[in-house]
Amino acid sequence: MEYFVQQLINGLTLGSIYGLIAIGYTMVFGIIGMVNFAHGDVFMISAFIALILLILLTQFLGVTSIGLALLIVLVAGMFLTALWSWVIERIAYRPLAGSFRLAPLISAIGMAIFLLNFVQVTQGPRNKASPSILNNVMTIPMGNGSVTISERQALIFIVTAILLLAFWAIVQKTKLGRAQRACEQDRRMAALLGINVDRTISLTFVIGGALASVAGLMFMSYYGVVSFSDGFTPGVKAFTAAVLGGIGSLPGAVIGGLLIGLIETMWSAYFSIDYKDVAAFSILAIVLIFMPSGLLGRPDVEKV
Amino acid sequence: MRWVRDPLLVVEGLTMRFGGLTAVRDLSFSVGRGDITALIGPNGAGKTTVFNCITGFYKPTSGLMALSTGGPVRLDEVAALASTGHRYKCVDDQIGADGVFLLERMPDFEIARRARVARTFQNIRLFSGMTVLENLIVAQHTPLMRASGWTIKGLFGAPQYRQAEAAAMKRARYWLEHIELTHRADDAAGSLPYGDQRRLEIARAMCTDPVLLCLDEPAAGLNPRESLELNTLLRTIRDHHATSILLIEHDMSVVMEISDHVVVLEYGLRISDGTPESVRNDPKVIAAYLGVDDDEVAQVEAEVGL
Amino acid sequence: MDTTDGGTPVSDGALPSPRFPIEDALRSAGLWALVTLGLCFPIVAFETLQDFSNRLTIEARPLLVLFAVAAVFAGRLGWLAVRYHGLPQLLPATRFELTPERKKQLPRIGLAALLIFPFFALLLTGQGGAVKWIDNFGVQILIYVMLAWGLNIVVGLAGLLDLGYVAFYAVGAYAYALIATYVIPATVPGLGPWAFWICLPIAGILAAFWGILLGFPVLRLRGDYLAIVTLAFGEIIRLVLINWVEVTNGNAGIRTPYITFFGLPFSSRTGETTFGDVFALPGSPAVHRSMFLYYTILALALLVAVATQRLRRLPIGRAWEAMREDEIACRSLGINTVNTKLTAFAIGAMFGGLAGAFFGARQGFVNPRSFEFMESATILAIVVLGGMGSLVGVAIAAVAVIGGIELLRELSFLKQIFGPEFDPGQYRMLIFGLAMVLMMIWRPRGLVGARQPTIALDGNAKAISASHVKEGHG
Repeated sequence: MEYFVQQLINGLTLGSIYGLIAIGYTMVFGIIGMVNFAHGDVFMISAFIALILLILLTQFLGVTSIGLALLIVLVAGMFLTALWSWVIERIAYRPLAGSFRLAPLISAIGMAIFLLNFVQVTQGPRNKASPSILNNVMTIPMGNGSVTISERQALIFIVTAILLLAFWAIVQKTKLGRAQRACEQDRRMAALLGINVDRTISLTFVIGGALASVAGLMFMSYYGVVSFSDGFTPGVKAFTAAVLGGIGSLPGAVIGGLLIGLIETMWSAYFSIDYKDVAAFSILAIVLIFMPSGLLGRPDVEKV
Repeated sequence: MRWVRDPLLVVEGLTMRFGGLTAVRDLSFSVGRGDITALIGPNGAGKTTVFNCITGFYKPTSGLMALSTGGPVRLDEVAALASTGHRYKCVDDQIGADGVFLLERMPDFEIARRARVARTFQNIRLFSGMTVLENLIVAQHTPLMRASGWTIKGLFGAPQYRQAEAAAMKRARYWLEHIELTHRADDAAGSLPYGDQRRLEIARAMCTDPVLLCLDEPAAGLNPRESLELNTLLRTIRDHHATSILLIEHDMSVVMEISDHVVVLEYGLRISDGTPESVRNDPKVIAAYLGVDDDEVAQVEAEVGL
Repeated sequence: MDTTDGGTPVSDGALPSPRFPIEDALRSAGLWALVTLGLCFPIVAFETLQDFSNRLTIEARPLLVLFAVAAVFAGRLGWLAVRYHGLPQLLPATRFELTPERKKQLPRIGLAALLIFPFFALLLTGQGGAVKWIDNFGVQILIYVMLAWGLNIVVGLAGLLDLGYVAFYAVGAYAYALIATYVIPATVPGLGPWAFWICLPIAGILAAFWGILLGFPVLRLRGDYLAIVTLAFGEIIRLVLINWVEVTNGNAGIRTPYITFFGLPFSSRTGETTFGDVFALPGSPAVHRSMFLYYTILALALLVAVATQRLRRLPIGRAWEAMREDEIACRSLGINTVNTKLTAFAIGAMFGGLAGAFFGARQGFVNPRSFEFMESATILAIVVLGGMGSLVGVAIAAVAVIGGIELLRELSFLKQIFGPEFDPGQYRMLIFGLAMVLMMIWRPRGLVGARQPTIALDGNAKAISASHVKEGHG
């Protein structure tokens, strides 16, 4: 029992990270109908940015309070990653708007390859162990044993929850959110009605990048190690989460993320850790094949 | 009254629901062999849904659609076939052979190649990156595929396949001449003007050698001259080919001029069925089209000069 | 990139502004430089290193950032100036256009060049250098030509976007590795030298079978979803190859027998009769082997090309292209799109499997590393860059992409400039990724976007402009 609860906690932690990345996928797919292949690598870059900023702050700028350091890293990381995401959209996707439909996908794959190798070249191919932070654990007795929650996990839950609420408010209540939903429905009509479509798309990428950067910070502090190749697999899993939740749906992306995190953790805990990625990829295939509209998405009817 | 004497297609109790919306409700009508049958009705009456059911793109919620090539649809025969659980019964089980077909049980491509029902689409669906000629050749896929020995013989250039391709070319040429597009045969179908695309789509459907040709608003977007050409084309098809036509049309001049039989739908229900004259004078139809109550019809009729 | 774009482009006939708007250009370039600075901080500005106590620390690289920012500033300024004034007339202004007659000859010229290439390499570089040119360049490029032509059937003709094509390549390679290394020696060891030729058809059939197996579930999917599911399948197969250690030996891989000349080995440690013993040809066994590999893969690739050309003129090929244009119209004409899609998957996969078997026999070693997603992406990139459906375009793209990547390995002279630490090899994929993006912006339809009709009324059809050709729903 306590083993199960422990896995549940671990799974939800991992799931929060996936959920944050998944939002980027789901929003971009919703608005321009493409799988932003480079998003996983934006996430990876953000993990590196967080790592470097953290070392810079704690070792060189003499910030002793770990809380303050993390806050600065969080905010600066969001800004810097959003910049990356914005630039990627401007360079690799915007010039292709309205062109041959495969072109943005190929361009995105090219961008992903570029980002991966860019980090490999600038930071080296080796795994980077991050300074270990927030190691205190809370032990909750349960049954015959106990369940532990580390400060890191607690932090991940809290930050994810706050950000999601804030983000949800943006999309539901603000003009930007309305513009975004309008562009999702019909981009040309939205433009005719005076919505600045380009700006809306840019902002979507900016928000997606900012959320991915939070995920990157979480990932870095949770696993304590980052590598240039860490973008692909979490990226695909987060995309799986977005699809599972119903692509285009924000709550769906979060629920999908949590589910994927749970499934992955439970699979590793009860079956075989070797095949955990096979499980994730299989879920992706099964969901897309049997319920392509996901849990909360709109069904797509073939028009004749 | 061929649709009573010699029906090619009998639709009985067709109902199609999408979620809570009933697009077609308990619809019954027949299509006579050799007739041009028009399916008319206001927007949203469910005409295209009926088409999609007949051609297998939608599976109807309930109802029966029986098509018989070779002889009139006999309801006892249909009932016997329906009870066996088979989808169709045809001579030697050959593709393209005469028989009785339960369309509601067959997938779309089987309806096209076995029951030989061809169709066009409201928003033209040509293979726009292929040439006009290629469009007409692709339509003859079924016989060509057989002649190519399911590709294997064709891969080695079997003479049987070359003959079949020559025959396909001959048929394509015939239709090119009929739609007056021979001079553009090697141009991309997507580069044709709209009216030519409409005619090409009809010719493409005819290349499948259908017994029933379903046309979804063939005159939509045509200018008067093109509309006239279309009438001629449809009459040629009816008079010189063993193909019956079922069409959806809003242009009443087309409908009244060329059809032998008119079925009127409103809100998924059949409100009138008969010859063009009888339908034209049916108060229900006038009410449906003009959106007035039945008792006002006489007044409206007087106004429009009927 | 920014909205206050400096320098109005001179469009022909428009009113040219009297002078180059230098302030606007400077502002734009400054903004670009600022953005670059933001991007460089901290990922370029600091390098993460492990110090002597194994703790991670960072080291500043201000010069590198300065260099990057200056380069972007100058580059942007230069670009704006060039766009404003037009390119200096260094290059002849006439565009390189081939006449239709020349275009017709292009495949033949290309084929002749391919046939004489190994001898040409031998003549120019001698025995020592030729192996590298024939094997690293010739054979490597031809493997990708074959793979891209195979994928072209699925993506280019049938319009089904497949991001997991490498799975079939893996199936072929492992079919060869397992059968040639374990099955044949255990059952009929006498057939050992013939292993490749026995495995080749088996690998093709197995891959086709897998093509159908993986094709079935994805029949209803369209667009990016199809791409993602095929990607997932590709990854699943790779992960199974890694984890199913009892059969595949996991990441350690399988050592496979080398290719033989129809039973005659090219070199032998155990004193068997070798190719060199029987045919007294000049040159070392390594040259013989690479020549043989070259002509084998050339023959296999040409098999794909001939098959594609023939299939396009058959009902199945026309149905593929029709399906790419409009699947619903296909069904309305009695075409069984399920079978049509599955045949495309199967035939595409079969060619991938054949290439895989060849790869296994050429390397003498297979492991899951060779079948990563990058490979699928590269093959797809070649197909799209070449122009979907065009054999010549795809072949040119394969030469450019794979040749380019291999050439970047050769830039060792740069070490003399940047010091011995500098490894040009690691910039290969960086440049490749960037080139993919730029190519898509420059020519989203690929090099050859026009489509050649499969049949014509007057026997001499002109190509169809890319603007009419659809890319399919998948």
